[in-house]
Amino acid sequence: MGYSERIKSVYQNQLQEIRDKGIFKQERYIHSSQAADIEVEFPVGASIKRVINICANNYLGLSSHPEVIKAAHEGLDSRGYGMSSVRFICGTQDIHRQLERKMTEFLGTEDTILFPSCMDANAGVFEAILTADDVMISDRLVHASIIDGMRLCSAQHDTFKHSDMEHLESKLQLHADKRLKVVINDGVYSMDGDTAKLDEMVALCEKYDAMLFVDESHASGFIGKTGRGTHEKCGVLGKMDIITTTFGKALGGASGGCVSGRREIVEMCRQKARPYLFSNTIAPVVVSGVLKVLDILSQSTERRDKLETNTAYWRKGLSEAGFILKDGDTPIVPVMLFNAKLSQDFSKDLFEEGVYAIGFFFPVVPNGAARIRTQISAAHEIHHLDKALDAFRKVGKKYNILGKTKQEIIEMFGL
Amino acid sequence: MENIKDVVLEYVINEYLEDDEEELNYDSPLISGGIVDSFSMVSLKRFLENKYKIQIPDDKATPEAFDTVNSIVALVNSFVKK
Repeated sequence: MGYSERIKSVYQNQLQEIRDKGIFKQERYIHSSQAADIEVEFPVGASIKRVINICANNYLGLSSHPEVIKAAHEGLDSRGYGMSSVRFICGTQDIHRQLERKMTEFLGTEDTILFPSCMDANAGVFEAILTADDVMISDRLVHASIIDGMRLCSAQHDTFKHSDMEHLESKLQLHADKRLKVVINDGVYSMDGDTAKLDEMVALCEKYDAMLFVDESHASGFIGKTGRGTHEKCGVLGKMDIITTTFGKALGGASGGCVSGRREIVEMCRQKARPYLFSNTIAPVVVSGVLKVLDILSQSTERRDKLETNTAYWRKGLSEAGFILKDGDTPIVPVMLFNAKLSQDFSKDLFEEGVYAIGFFFPVVPNGAARIRTQISAAHEIHHLDKALDAFRKVGKKYNILGKTKQEIIEMFGL
Repeated sequence: MENIKDVVLEYVINEYLEDDEEELNYDSPLISGGIVDSFSMVSLKRFLENKYKIQIPDDKATPEAFDTVNSIVALVNSFVKK
């Protein structure tokens, strides 16, 4: 029992500092399934409010799909609840390998290995395949889980300016003497909703004998004509060396992730990746659900098509209302407010109007780039989007920011 | 020989600043000020090694030694053959 008053005060002071900065995170309890309409208790103890959800990663609306739920039930009945083992002892069922094969086919790669999460896939993959003789060259805006993975790896690390191909090329030249080079980026950037230039990156990687890594967590299932991902959109299906992705967003939204790509790289992960070696893999119930998700997606592109239509409708509505949006065509649509406090106040007011969307500010996004990040889903119907647009217009009017320029908003609210 | 200070400052501005309005001087804190992250230090180290034909051992390439243009110049000078 060494938890003295002194130790306790260290943590209490740190927590107070977080509160003082106004960045203390609080959960909102949802009393329903994940869907377009959800029932939320916020703040804790408040009466439950039914709101439209426009901040979930439920892009395809499959989180509570009846067929997915049914498949999960069947998986639970036939393969049980838990494995009580890591994969290579007695934690691999036929359905785990079946899912790996299906993902390989879906992503257009050579092989796939499951991980407990995409966070774990990103944490494990670099250390498994690189050594101190190698270099990782990453886009400066890659996801936090990739940064953690690179920190765990002994290879040298360098960065290039976000989506700047000229800068990337200069880095490939700078590190020409390394044994192996890997260019690392997200397919769709989660805060801005822009997509990576994978076609140009493939060309650069071929020119400089480098591998290409992409995290497709915000792309798998809906980006590209048949939803394979950013590599499909960019016309480089079959040319990706390493893809990581999640089952925790569009692909059912439960949990789990994978590394998919070149056969040898996947095999190296199976031999060396620590989150794979030292943690149970995805539970059978979730594997069964994801298998059904992939069945649904292979039968029809209806859901990703609806998502595309919804996204265009939403972007057009917000633009016409006079909001400043980040350019792009993905279902991640950031509404720029610039000022951190305004983003928080705006989010609270939207909630009052029955719309659930979160304000993001520094350090999650750059200083002075605070925003409401909206995320559209195939589960949304036009009436959801119309009601949410009404709420945005009403709150936008309250703060007098409709039709205003960035400079004008900053002058009114500061940075 | 061109002024090392200005070469390093120009490199840092081109390499790390995203916004043209930001200003840097020889004593601006680069790493502790959040302008250069410890990962990106690698390219700066390699640039210096290539430019001045020197080898900076990893134990000398500390975040403190790379924190300002002035401290970087001092580090480079300690390796450049007189």
